[in-house]
Amino acid sequence: MTDEVNSGRRRLLTTVTTGVGLAGAVALAVPLVASMKPSARARAAGAPVEVEIDDLAPGQMKVVEWRGKPVWILRRTEEMLQEMESNIGQLSDPDSEVAEQQPAYAQNEHRSIRPDVLVVLGVCTHLGCAPSKAFDKGRASGLGEDWVGGFFCPCHGSTFDFSGRVYKNVPAPTNLVVPPHSYISENRIVIGVDETEATA
Amino acid sequence: MSLLNWIDDRFPLTKVWNEHMAQYYAPKNFNVWYFFGALSLVVLVLQIVTGIILTMHYKPDVDLAFASVEYIMRDVPAGWFVRYLHGVGASMFFLVVYLHMFRAMLYGSHRKPRELIWLLGMVIYVALMAEAFFGYLLPWGNMSYWGAQVIISLFGAIPVIGEPLAEWIRGDFVVSDATLTRFFAFHVILLPLLLALLVYLHIVALHKVGSNNPDGVEIKKNKDKDGNPVDGIPFHPYYTVKDTFGVAVFMTIFLGIVFFVPELGGWFLEKDNFAPADILQTPPDIVPLWYLTPYYSILRAVTFEWLPGGAKLWGVIAMGAAIVMFFFLPWLDRAKVRSIRYRGWMYKTALTLFAVTFVMLGYLGTKNPGHVDLFLFKNVVWAQIGLVVYFAFFLLMPIYTRFDPTKPEPDRVG
Repeated sequence: MTDEVNSGRRRLLTTVTTGVGLAGAVALAVPLVASMKPSARARAAGAPVEVEIDDLAPGQMKVVEWRGKPVWILRRTEEMLQEMESNIGQLSDPDSEVAEQQPAYAQNEHRSIRPDVLVVLGVCTHLGCAPSKAFDKGRASGLGEDWVGGFFCPCHGSTFDFSGRVYKNVPAPTNLVVPPHSYISENRIVIGVDETEATA
Repeated sequence: MSLLNWIDDRFPLTKVWNEHMAQYYAPKNFNVWYFFGALSLVVLVLQIVTGIILTMHYKPDVDLAFASVEYIMRDVPAGWFVRYLHGVGASMFFLVVYLHMFRAMLYGSHRKPRELIWLLGMVIYVALMAEAFFGYLLPWGNMSYWGAQVIISLFGAIPVIGEPLAEWIRGDFVVSDATLTRFFAFHVILLPLLLALLVYLHIVALHKVGSNNPDGVEIKKNKDKDGNPVDGIPFHPYYTVKDTFGVAVFMTIFLGIVFFVPELGGWFLEKDNFAPADILQTPPDIVPLWYLTPYYSILRAVTFEWLPGGAKLWGVIAMGAAIVMFFFLPWLDRAKVRSIRYRGWMYKTALTLFAVTFVMLGYLGTKNPGHVDLFLFKNVVWAQIGLVVYFAFFLLMPIYTRFDPTKPEPDRVG
């Protein structure tokens, strides 16, 4: 044994030890960080929801819970569908061009599979508040003379039409989200399962 | 004192006491502004003590949380007192911290060699905001729920990683039981530990360089033959006694609020939080408590859709940047002198304007952006003006502090 220090070997060993230590710390952090993701139970609660709509009269709306979020199912009247065409110029994205806001099968003029039945998340695209119904027309709605009916978010004043399309110059950036949904029979919707190409 | 000797041989008790209390020299000219550091320490201790008692009775469970808070208010002996101390304490904490920060900006306590004290202080401030935010969800009132919903959804605005990140924070697709229990863990374990550590580091850094003072003059430049600053006095007993007086006055005000107006008309405890969380019913106006509203105002002031990526993303960026600005203060300030007493009209005007703007933004953050609560313009327009002043104060600081006509700093404390 000599008193001389092999500093090259010492530096290598120090580097390797530090590296192994760091790798260990990262490996340990992975499961710890992952443990904060939605649990199996939370994901199971996100399972599809089936809804009957044969009791829904035109003009009526139903709210069901899917993944803890309110889902609106609105059967629109002929009048509602016609009124909506009158104010397309005031909408920010009338043709639903922002693709993430709806599945491809709802990227049409009424943002739905069946023209009369609208299925959207009742969650404002601004900061996640719950918009309320503003179905009355004109002054009775409190939203001005030319209001043709739709939805109004009380938090920051965003407005949406009967297809969940956002008006211009309000805080909400995009149309309301159409969740994945499909029909398993004429009057039975399942929310959370996409309409497949075959049935579309 | 053989016991003391026995301890001193094993633990540097006398040494620590002398270094940080009996022989720690602080400038002799501290004024009222210098109470707020000690007061924030007092409130921290009070929050920890009342928090421990509340933890004994509170239940972090979506089905039990709201009722357990009502149980504390009605059935636990002096429970109402402990809870109101804790709730009012949160607001008082921010009040003294804001005054403490303003003191630093008045007298240049952020300047060299105290940059690290300032940075550690800013980390404490951010940790405190997180602590307050997590704590606000716990009563599971309707404003708790929707406040958390809105703030967490801000992370969703970040491109690509936003949505998974928000899901990871919530532990669910919406704010739920998973969110409540983890916020409870953060509020009672993670952040209190972090705050205690940060406060310790803040004080260690302070005692390394010594306190600044209202004249901004370095007292260590003039030492007597024993090596103690001529313009300094030992922290104990002089400032311990002075601070005790300050604490007495402060506690009088604090307890006055706790006993007579614990909600302070909705400013310290919002009315909507007296109803349990309702997933389907948003409160008419979602607003955080007053101490976070300046930033909330800045978030909502960005309504320019033509920005690439959209107004929402830029609102979040502006809000984050508003807080980050403070961290750069020691390097943005280029004046030759520290204290406002020797600075020129430029910094005096800028600081006054900034303080007024900060308060105005705070007020506007509690109001509906579309209404007119000040005069002439809608609230959102005032917030946009405020946003410009806010950022101009920081970003133009290297210019106006350099050309500011300052007066010469005296050699000694006046």
